Amino acid sequence: METKNIMIVGVGGQGTLLASKLLGRLLLKKGFDVKVSEVHGMSQRGGSVVTYVRWGDRVCSPIIDKGQADCILSFELLEAARYTEYLKPGGRIIVNSQQINPMPVIAGAAVYPEKLVEKLSALDCKVDALDALSLAEKAGSSKAVNLVLMGRLAKHFDFTDEEWMDAIAQSVPPKFLKMNKKAFEAGRSA
Amino acid sequence: MKTLMLGNEAVARGLYEAGCSFVSSYPGTPSTEITECAAKYEEVYAEWAPNEKVALEAALGASLRGKRSFCAMKHVGLNVAADPLFTISYTGVNAGLIIGVADDAGMHSSQNEQDSRHYARAAKIPMLEPSDSAEALAFAKLAYELSEEYDTAVLMKMCTRVSHSQSVVETGERVLPEQKNYEKNPAKYIMMPAYAKKKHPLVEERTKALTAWAEKTEINRVEQGLDHSTGIITSSTCYQYVKEALGDTYPVLKLGMIWPMPETKIKDFAASVDRLVVVEELDSFIETHCRNLGLTVVGKELFTEIGELSQNVVKEKLGGSVQTGAPLEEEIPARPPVMCAGCPHRSLFYVLKKLKLTVLGDIGCYTLGAVAPLNAIDTTVCMGASVSGLHGFVKAGDEESAGRTVAVIGDSTFIHSGVTGLINIAYNESNSTVIILDNSITGMTGHQQNPTTGYNLKGDPCTKIDLESLCHAVGIKRVRVVDPYDMDACQSAIQEELAVKEPSVIISRRPCALLKYVKHPGPICSDPEKCKGCKACMNIGCPAISMVDGKAVIDETLCVGCGVCEQLCKFGALGTEGGR
Repeated sequence: METKNIMIVGVGGQGTLLASKLLGRLLLKKGFDVKVSEVHGMSQRGGSVVTYVRWGDRVCSPIIDKGQADCILSFELLEAARYTEYLKPGGRIIVNSQQINPMPVIAGAAVYPEKLVEKLSALDCKVDALDALSLAEKAGSSKAVNLVLMGRLAKHFDFTDEEWMDAIAQSVPPKFLKMNKKAFEAGRSA
Repeated sequence: MKTLMLGNEAVARGLYEAGCSFVSSYPGTPSTEITECAAKYEEVYAEWAPNEKVALEAALGASLRGKRSFCAMKHVGLNVAADPLFTISYTGVNAGLIIGVADDAGMHSSQNEQDSRHYARAAKIPMLEPSDSAEALAFAKLAYELSEEYDTAVLMKMCTRVSHSQSVVETGERVLPEQKNYEKNPAKYIMMPAYAKKKHPLVEERTKALTAWAEKTEINRVEQGLDHSTGIITSSTCYQYVKEALGDTYPVLKLGMIWPMPETKIKDFAASVDRLVVVEELDSFIETHCRNLGLTVVGKELFTEIGELSQNVVKEKLGGSVQTGAPLEEEIPARPPVMCAGCPHRSLFYVLKKLKLTVLGDIGCYTLGAVAPLNAIDTTVCMGASVSGLHGFVKAGDEESAGRTVAVIGDSTFIHSGVTGLINIAYNESNSTVIILDNSITGMTGHQQNPTTGYNLKGDPCTKIDLESLCHAVGIKRVRVVDPYDMDACQSAIQEELAVKEPSVIISRRPCALLKYVKHPGPICSDPEKCKGCKACMNIGCPAISMVDGKAVIDETLCVGCGVCEQLCKFGALGTEGGR
């Protein structure tokens, strides 16, 4: 099969690494060759963060280049807008509609663009926007945004319920498992 | 068992399986997780050393005593460890010794983009270069065999994309090598001129022997291609970009050992293709080697020395076409890293800026004090350079400029190489004021313990180096501690120490706001009635504060209640409900 590519983008501290780890586990168990690439260090201090998840028969490069992502899973609205060049024509953007102001906006040196969901939808892509923060809070914790978004991703990928639940159980602490599964379901059914 | 592992984790696994039992390192992105993962194996003794030079010398000591040992660092750390490195080349080892070094092309978290491969050639030490996690694991094991067979330390070169990418590895069992004993051997281990002169020719012979090994080893392999108009020599993550972009179109010579490089194998490969191309990140290392062999080669005229390459770059430069996605026609504000909400460094930098001081900075989270709106740092060079630089700056200036200049350095960085600069300040008597930003952890690399925290790498309580006593002991009489959250106290302390005509140290002490044991009082409340929209609170660059419709608004999910903004508000609009 042709290599599949998901870019997970967001703001440092939002839990993107857990999402990629979960996805990596699931894909490995299904027998794919998998590469998951991330950058640690400075960018994690509230900066823009990117993780690449790739799977197929043989995956070579650990990174996704411009024009190659089948899907961008964005934890924050502006971050989805930042990486559209990485999307394949006709690709999918799943985006948490939450807005987190970057420092230049906070400091008044830049403006957070308006109506980004509409603008994204005008590109050659499929946009699926949801308020993952509210859904996560309803499920029990604002920190479960990552599981809400995983749930949303599950809608568009052909993996079984059992495979997802297995990967979730392996990726979150047992005491938060029930809440995280609830968040996953909320994302999938929203 | 098949499992997904970070390249760094795979190195640690390889060390474990090869029977490594001693690891000493200093943290540095992107190398840090090798040591953290190695520490999780009970059979492996692992520690954080104060700096890379100490770490490498400790690892050499363990090797001499008979244990397979390891030491990891980032590229700039190898500069610090370069002194032992060049002479370890002469002494060789007893049990195997591997030095892991991780480059950071693209400078994701570094102050320069140096290419560590030059060290292998300069120090005449072999260097292996894995291209994914499976190779990282396998090469770690192979490196110990090479190290013991050829009596040499072996450099294991990683890069951000190999260190921080997870790929599939197959793990094996730990096999302990035969225990080696230490035997006194002055001609091998005492590198004074008489012995070193006898050693140098052996080092040159060793490189020849390793070159012969490079000719036959399978880690330097030719992968056949359909089209011989071009042949590509590559290594590391660039190999993956080449295979991704071009598949099996052109023949590829993939180098797993980057120093010493084979000669015949490269010449034969060149002869089998019409055009020889080298794809490598940063400097022209393989390319220069090819030119030295008298070959015509294309390299840096196609592939830049600056930053990272990628599959698209490889494809474009070698004649393919690349289709990128559509950018959004919109000004997208940058999202640079910022100091966290509640970071104890923020308020201290605010005071430094307010006092309009010249600030010599250092390496750590607090380098972010250099960016807007704080803009409070004048220089950042390398670990420790703030303290030593301040001494020169003060000596070269007049009394007035000494009263307007300080150095800032973190606790871990101070122990790494700030303390030697402080000794110089005391010894050569400059009127310097050094501020140690003691947040009780090594922050930037992700919370590693250090000699001032009272805990070791394994998390066990241990001897805690007392910074006040240390500063006193090296000859600084004026040492005082302030709480950075208390800005008035900070300001008076700094002003007083700048005014006195002798060296002084101010320890700005408060643990990193992200440490799990730190208890926060809870978010600040903003009162829109009292807020006049003066934006005084915006001058500290806190990510939890923004202006909405002309009023300060606190993001309760981010705010930890440090109270620094409260001190800036003249109208009492920021505070806790009912006071603290």
